Amino acid sequence: MSDFILSMCGITKTFPGVKALDNVSLDVRQGEIHALVGENGAGKSTLMKVLSGIYPHGDYSGEITYQGNECRFREISDSEKAGIVIIHQELALIPYLSIAENIFLGNEQQRGGVIDWLLTYSKAQELLDMVGLDESPGARVTDIGVGKQQLVEIAKALSKKVQLLILDEPTATLNEQDSEKLLKLLLEFKKQGISSILISHKLNEVEQVADSITILRDGAAIETLDCRSGEINEEHIIRGMVGRDLTHRFPERDAHIGEVVLEIRDWTVNHPLHEGRKVVEDVNMTLRKGEVLGIAGLMGSGRTELAMSVFGRSYGVHAAGKVFINGEEADVSTVSKAIGHGVAYVTEDRKTYGLLLDQTIKENITLANLEEVASRHVIDQNQEVLCSSSFVDQFNIKCSGILQKALNLSGGNQQKVVLSKWLFADPDILILDEPTRGIDVGAKYEIYTIINQLVEEGKAVIVISSELPEILGLCDRIYVMSEGRITGELNAAEASQEEIMRHIL
Amino acid sequence: MSSIIEAFKNNIRQYSMLIALIAIMLFFQVLTGGILLKPLNITNLVLQNSYILIMAIGMLLVIVAGHIDLSVGSIVAFIGATSAVMMVNLHINVGVTIVACLLLGALIGAWQGFWVAYIKIPSFIVTLAGMLVFRGLTLVMLQGASVGPFPKAFQKISSGFIPDFFGGKDVHITTMVIAVCFLLAIVFVELRSRSKKMALGFAVSPKPVLIFKLLGISAAVLYLCSLLASYKGLPNVLVVLFSLTVLYAFITTQTVTGRRIFALGGNEQAAKLSGVKTRRLTLLTFANLGLLSALAGLVFAARLNVATPKAGTSFELDVIAACFIGGASASGGVGTVIGALIGALVMGVMNNGMSIMGIGIDWQQAIKGMVLLFAVFFDVYNKSKN
Ligand SMILES: Nc1ncnc2c1ncn2[C@@H]1O[C@H](COP(=O)(O)OP(=O)(O)OP(=O)(O)O)[C@@H](O)[C@H]1O
Ligand SMILES: [Mg+2]
Repeated sequence: MSDFILSMCGITKTFPGVKALDNVSLDVRQGEIHALVGENGAGKSTLMKVLSGIYPHGDYSGEITYQGNECRFREISDSEKAGIVIIHQELALIPYLSIAENIFLGNEQQRGGVIDWLLTYSKAQELLDMVGLDESPGARVTDIGVGKQQLVEIAKALSKKVQLLILDEPTATLNEQDSEKLLKLLLEFKKQGISSILISHKLNEVEQVADSITILRDGAAIETLDCRSGEINEEHIIRGMVGRDLTHRFPERDAHIGEVVLEIRDWTVNHPLHEGRKVVEDVNMTLRKGEVLGIAGLMGSGRTELAMSVFGRSYGVHAAGKVFINGEEADVSTVSKAIGHGVAYVTEDRKTYGLLLDQTIKENITLANLEEVASRHVIDQNQEVLCSSSFVDQFNIKCSGILQKALNLSGGNQQKVVLSKWLFADPDILILDEPTRGIDVGAKYEIYTIINQLVEEGKAVIVISSELPEILGLCDRIYVMSEGRITGELNAAEASQEEIMRHIL
Repeated sequence: MSSIIEAFKNNIRQYSMLIALIAIMLFFQVLTGGILLKPLNITNLVLQNSYILIMAIGMLLVIVAGHIDLSVGSIVAFIGATSAVMMVNLHINVGVTIVACLLLGALIGAWQGFWVAYIKIPSFIVTLAGMLVFRGLTLVMLQGASVGPFPKAFQKISSGFIPDFFGGKDVHITTMVIAVCFLLAIVFVELRSRSKKMALGFAVSPKPVLIFKLLGISAAVLYLCSLLASYKGLPNVLVVLFSLTVLYAFITTQTVTGRRIFALGGNEQAAKLSGVKTRRLTLLTFANLGLLSALAGLVFAARLNVATPKAGTSFELDVIAACFIGGASASGGVGTVIGALIGALVMGVMNNGMSIMGIGIDWQQAIKGMVLLFAVFFDVYNKSKN
């Protein structure tokens, strides 16, 4: 037994109306990287919240043995004292504090209640060196990218003398280089004897670094695979996750591409605060009926900014350019006008820009198109229930009912709610910004199928994605963006990952 | 059977604030030796609290939209003063004055809403400024003195009762007729919505629960109306208040605009990206509260029959407290009109009950403060269990 650092045994956790975990057991060996995979809503995050004391002892049933002792954590600080640190699906840094302040938040370097800044900064610098982050400890967290923020979280974990590091979908918001870097870091930690639990929907990463893999499905542990035996492949994992084989990652589609529906001409957008700094520069783009158009590029290359500025000037200061829809110049200067022209934009940041967290699934789904369920301004509640339930069924959204609050959904199911909202608005031109971020393989396939259906009906879809396989597998044509400009236009049938990367760099 | 118990439990949770109100009323009914629910006192209770209730409706929308308005007390004073100057000093017609004052209130609200929505100054600051500005302007307008009395027609707003078309002697028959019509309407609406839901195959609450609910409502309405009818009947203010309640409950729960206000308060960014005109809507909620504050100002002035510079002092606190007691969330996006009204009544009944018992204003304040705290605690606790 002693080579297990952690064993969770018979964990059961229920929420009103849902059994999120049902008699789950998980054993993590000393010094290994243990991956936790499963569909959206399978209970991965919940299991880790039980482990780290966010759901205190007594809120769940079952036993947790850590380093040979039974543990009954009552709050996060209890588990942190024991060396268990969790980095959440949504980052928990304070944006306007410096990196150093964030690292030592709750664990301040102090003498008699007075902060020792010299010590704070020098220790922070040490930790930043360890995680390989090249930023000054005094820099504010808002001013650095997500990839770097993730490293700050890890530095923070290291400062707490971590022995078991839990990462909940750490690479979901990272680009490939940053993800690569993070995984290397995990392997580095492993050498130093730090164990980690990694939750991810990116199975290639899991395969790359994990020593064991535990598969959860519908709140139950299906099996634990030992990767050292070397017989693990993605198909096997997927079968465990979704309970059936998934032979194709991308559904088949015959493209019927028609005339141009959307044209963006000489589009330039300035940064909202720094006047004269161009975030999007001289972009020209066309989108055709029945086409799935991909926009590839690194994070921060201006893709989201381009999309949001076209969608009702929701980002930055419009500097120049025109939008033509069906050949006529269209006024898309406000969101409602853009929606009126049949344009919809599904955000990449569902918590900030997508969801009403405190409100129900139903209210979220109908928000962008309330007129559809209302007559003369009065909402027909029954109609609303019918419409939203049909999306819950169609997307297989895991919830206790359409009256569940969006806040209590698992990350992937939240994403499905945001998508449903925009499909309900019935747009002709749908812009999807990282539509499958944090979504499991099965649900990805469902979303791709829906995209295919939409273009089949003669609509046009733009997909912004950082996952090159997705762009290549899904799209008909690809634009590559870099530093606010279009640096390449490729035909997807002939393109390759290498070629896209060449245009990016 | 268990499903019925379950449904009862859910309903009880939903009506917890109402139950608390009834408990408080019974408590004071006993402590005041039965005075609280005497016909005269019930009428008084309504008249005393009408202006708070009116403003609570408007404040609720502002709070749901994610803001706060501290200036309502000063607007009450300012509008009262304006109406006094117009009617008493300048002898302007009562009707014209009322319309002008309501418009002025809406304008003041829109002005504050403009700073909040378009210039992005936090509402706390804008309305704190408004609180000082309009209190100051009231003093200027009244030159520090009280102005009154008002014309008879104007006083009727607060002190009048609806006429009895049936000429009842001991009971006010029209009042009872209205009560019965109202109940029939409720039964009709409930049954129709139920049958529509059943036709669509939705789950509906079991029949016994529905019957219990309708009987409960009927008993309460008939009891209160018979109390009122045995005095002078329905006060005019109550009719106004009742219409506003129905109107705003409808707007908040059944209309597109209402839903959008909740979305705005729940997540402004997400609402904006969903096509909600967030700035215009914010301005609208403030303008609406301005309008209702002006109405409250008129009712209050008519009740006192004089406009004084001190009118409406600290009303904003009672109004805001009412919304929070009634379950509104301080961070926006959550709240109900009925809840806010119940909250206001909780405060009102306590004021009234404690006054009858002869408890000094000093202790009243302290007790009210504690009640606010515990009510919100109760609410938060209930939600965390849910
Ligand atoms: N606070 C809560 N109240 C009610 N239900 C909840 C709550 N938190 C989680 N759930 C439910 O528990 C289930 C498991 O959620 P969890 O977040 O653990 O999923 P997950 O495996 O992390 O999924 P994802 O990959 O989408 O992040 C879901 O069905 C979710 O709706
Ligand atoms: Mg999760």
